[in-house]
Amino acid sequence: MASAVRSRRVLQLVGRRLLTIVPLLVIVSLLTFSLVFLIPGDPAQRIAGESASPEQVEAVRTQLGLDLPVHEQFWNYLSGLAHGDLGTSFTFRTPVTELLLDRLPVTLSITVVAMVFALLIGIPAGVLAGRRAGRWQDRAVTVGSTLGLATPNFVLGLLLTLVVGIQLGWLPATGYQPLADGFWPWLQHLLMPGFALGVVAAAEIARQLRASLADVLRQDYVRTATAKGMLPGSVVWKHALKNAMMPVVTVVGLQVGYLLGGTAVIETVFGVKGLGDFAVQSVLAGDLPAIQGMVVFAVLIAVTASLLVDITYGYLNPRGGDA
Amino acid sequence: MSLVDKPDGLLPPAVESAPVEEHGPALVPARHESPGRRFRRRFLRSWVTRLALLVLAAWLVTAIAASWLAPHDPLAQDLQARRLPPGSPDHLLGTDTLGRDTLSRLIFGARVAAQAAITSVTVGLVVGVVPALVAGLLKGWWDAVFSRAADALLSFPPLLLALAIVGVMGPNLTNAMLAIGIVFVPRFYRIVRAATLSVREETYIEASRSIGTPTHWLLRRHVLPNVLAPLAVQISIAFGFAILAEASLSFLGLGVQAPDPSWGSMLSEGRAAWFYTPWPLIVPATTIVLCVLACNVTGDGLADSVGRERGRA
Repeated sequence: MASAVRSRRVLQLVGRRLLTIVPLLVIVSLLTFSLVFLIPGDPAQRIAGESASPEQVEAVRTQLGLDLPVHEQFWNYLSGLAHGDLGTSFTFRTPVTELLLDRLPVTLSITVVAMVFALLIGIPAGVLAGRRAGRWQDRAVTVGSTLGLATPNFVLGLLLTLVVGIQLGWLPATGYQPLADGFWPWLQHLLMPGFALGVVAAAEIARQLRASLADVLRQDYVRTATAKGMLPGSVVWKHALKNAMMPVVTVVGLQVGYLLGGTAVIETVFGVKGLGDFAVQSVLAGDLPAIQGMVVFAVLIAVTASLLVDITYGYLNPRGGDA
Repeated sequence: MSLVDKPDGLLPPAVESAPVEEHGPALVPARHESPGRRFRRRFLRSWVTRLALLVLAAWLVTAIAASWLAPHDPLAQDLQARRLPPGSPDHLLGTDTLGRDTLSRLIFGARVAAQAAITSVTVGLVVGVVPALVAGLLKGWWDAVFSRAADALLSFPPLLLALAIVGVMGPNLTNAMLAIGIVFVPRFYRIVRAATLSVREETYIEASRSIGTPTHWLLRRHVLPNVLAPLAVQISIAFGFAILAEASLSFLGLGVQAPDPSWGSMLSEGRAAWFYTPWPLIVPATTIVLCVLACNVTGDGLADSVGRERGRA
């Protein structure tokens, strides 16, 4: 019965969040659309190229709808988005949506492996530091996480690929294997980029968990449980952690956006052709629809992740989750 | 009992969650210490924070005095002295594959990093703070518009947003700095708006308004001091992020353009030279970590000394 109530509440939460997400996405697409105004000079000229004839420039202008009034341009852009149409890439002459979906599995794999690393390192480290607050274990974790936060993921990635990948030859230095080719070849290629990308998130999780766990462990119900004779391990893992995890869940959600942004550099370092690499290539080529499409797509992923976080939050928090 | 130990380690941020009294002098205990002095005492208490401040100061001095400090021209190639290891007589940190002095390039890279950090934080402050004050003071329609825009900006993955802006405006250092600044806008906005809103509700503000105190005076006298502490924390974290973002963009060839030195472009050159000599990569990598570390530690120190929970956006 309690679970039915909880499910209903979570559903309500999702409904409320969806109501805020839709206007958010409209504003995001307005901002993304406005990128065209940041192009110095005449966008049509820039896109058509320096050597284009005036007729070619006009052709580009008509093709992109740049001759229409701004509100009509935005409306066309928005209705395109609503139908999953992100425009056509200038460099590839292919719908951007297709290009992005093509590369999505690669980036998703890296991000998932990075997140797994982050949780596998961050949670035990945070628990250790939280339980031993003030002792040397706590200091070690604090120093480690401070260092982790300060190390740019691509610097770590560079060192890993050069030392572990090329000099020692333990793991493939570059490239990606689809999951269809087998689990181990897939994972083998993801271990280094995933680790390099996940370290910052791990540090963030460890810090947050340490702080909230140390806080929770000082509360009365923990003292009661301990006084009852419950083993310290069970107190932490069965009671305290559930409450301490709530702020951590928020951090995890926020990290998804950072991880996605991080893939841009990580994929370049490891020579992986994912969304991040696509973003860098489009930026270098000045491929406006590709850049816009990439950004909208990334926001969509980040917003979905935060929605998932809210749902988790709703389940974790017995008191009702008004976030 | 170990479980209830009071933490006194390097970083007890969110644990110290007892809120600072903000209800005016009546609740402050008799023992009086001016807020500025209390802040200084708490801030400089830890040697780690003092060390971090020292690193930041060294970085800024290097940036300002780069032309005097650098022993060589950072662009000058000496093909007789290529790939020297650190500790070579004329080249303290060695040379790269073109025989350029690593130390001099590092020093001028410090200038680029400092420019990027200061410019982007300034852009973030200028564009973020004014709407935040307006939104916090006037509320209503303005608040709704600005806050929705800030929410939307916050939902962009930070590095990707910078990348997109650089992509549209064209890859060079100035655009990279502007782009990083735009990443900061919603973060600064949120902090200042929240602080302004909380101050606005205070009775003493209402009283002050009722006797006709002009708005700019209210802002300077009451809002600013309340905003300063959380903003300072965010600024030092933003400095760290700016170093990182500039290095990333320059590494990708979207910031500083070759042959000009920046820590990021040094990394990408260092990578190409790795099999001949690891130093052109290791030196800038260490420097970046050290400076970002100093920024973060300073931010943590600030957060602890104002007795608030850490505000990482």
